[in-house]
Amino acid sequence: MGIEIYLLVLLIFIIVGALIAVETKNLLSAVISLGAIGFGLSIAFLFLRAPDLAIVQIAVEVILLIFLIRATIGRDVISAKGHIHWAGLVVICLLAVAVFVFGLFAFRSLNEFGAPIIASVQDAPSNKYLQDGLKSTGAANIVTAVLLDYRAYDTLGEATVLFAAIIGALAVLRGRAASRRKGSRQMGSPQAGSERRKDK
Amino acid sequence: MKGMTVIVKTVTRWVKVFIFLYGIYIIITGHLAPGGGFADGVIIACSYILLMLAYGREFALKRLSSRAAHHLDSSGVLLFLVVALLGLGYGGIFFGNFLQTRFPGVAFKLLSSGTIPISNIAIGIKVAASVFLVFIILSVLRIVLDEDGTQKMVQDEEEE
Amino acid sequence: MIYSLCFVLFIIGLYCALTKKNIVKIVIGLIIMEYAVNLFLVLLGYRKDGVAPIVEKTTNPLEFLATSVDPLPQALVVTSIVIGLGVTTLAIALCIKLYEKYGTFDISEIRRLKG
Repeated sequence: MGIEIYLLVLLIFIIVGALIAVETKNLLSAVISLGAIGFGLSIAFLFLRAPDLAIVQIAVEVILLIFLIRATIGRDVISAKGHIHWAGLVVICLLAVAVFVFGLFAFRSLNEFGAPIIASVQDAPSNKYLQDGLKSTGAANIVTAVLLDYRAYDTLGEATVLFAAIIGALAVLRGRAASRRKGSRQMGSPQAGSERRKDK
Repeated sequence: MKGMTVIVKTVTRWVKVFIFLYGIYIIITGHLAPGGGFADGVIIACSYILLMLAYGREFALKRLSSRAAHHLDSSGVLLFLVVALLGLGYGGIFFGNFLQTRFPGVAFKLLSSGTIPISNIAIGIKVAASVFLVFIILSVLRIVLDEDGTQKMVQDEEEE
Repeated sequence: MIYSLCFVLFIIGLYCALTKKNIVKIVIGLIIMEYAVNLFLVLLGYRKDGVAPIVEKTTNPLEFLATSVDPLPQALVVTSIVIGLGVTTLAIALCIKLYEKYGTFDISEIRRLKG
């Protein structure tokens, strides 16, 4: 029984953190609540017997918080304000409730929590990985064996997607830097230079 | 004045070594214990980001310039692809574990399981370099207040 | 019960991404949705009283087969988390670009300026 109780408490903590992150006016508070969600998720992964995921989640969460705080918020806190029209809000709430109800219907076809598919289907691929993963790949960590040997195509695709995303971010920001430099030189704007010096 | 206070700098000088060492430990035991290439890459990038936050941009870029990060990023993927193509050439299967089928090592030893440690190192280099690269690009920006109270975004001087 | 709480988390992220006007809030909504999906995939593979999918020297193979949790969703979620970092970075870069062009994070202002 024990682990379900822990998981329920953790999930309620995560949901409260998500509500605070969504509804607070202060962007810095929202980002810090997001960090609380991520670390709660990492503990949940530990309870679910996934130590690899817990390590990755903690490291990624730290990096993500640094990115969000440093890049979009900076030294001065920007407050978020403004709401959409009430009719749109009502429609979106109805849509969310409808999606939730249909999702509950879909969850009925799943197995009970704690009884995975590999327990009921004997020739699932995961059973094969667990059975002779150590013998055929020599890796004691079955997750690494799946990641880099059985399903290395997925990892190659992941590397490609990460490469593309990074190149996209570089292209967006590089273009900004180049245009800014050219613009300030063309206009010969003494303002921009002096402001920049003052900020330092 | 670049970087943070002397307290932060002194602590960083000691802590960065341990973070980097932990990353290396995770990468070389990735096939025996929890860890692996992805976690390792992000942790090693963490150590460089800590260096950059504490000491300022120039100091970190002297250690690992953005051009070198570009090259590491590309060579990580290239190493991974070379391992895959060697598997095609020697074993007949793309991504085949040719080392394990030829020289089956003793299980639970550091030098075992064929190509998996090499692939781990390749993925680790790739992820670390790309995360550090993104941080370099994002760190030139910050939002400051003008004299008249409006917020605006400035960028530090870009050195080529 | 646990599945539906996880789904509630997804719905919160969806609501945030649809109703908020601040771009950073929308990115936060996307991140929450991504977390919910990752957690759901790992929940699907959990076995009651299971062990982590890592072989020890003293492990009995048959017992390990009968008690280990599913390694496949974990392997997919590891890549998914790192991809999420890359995609979020791209979103942040677009936010910065929009802020630099329009001077605001408010998407209705940006729409109005576009005309």
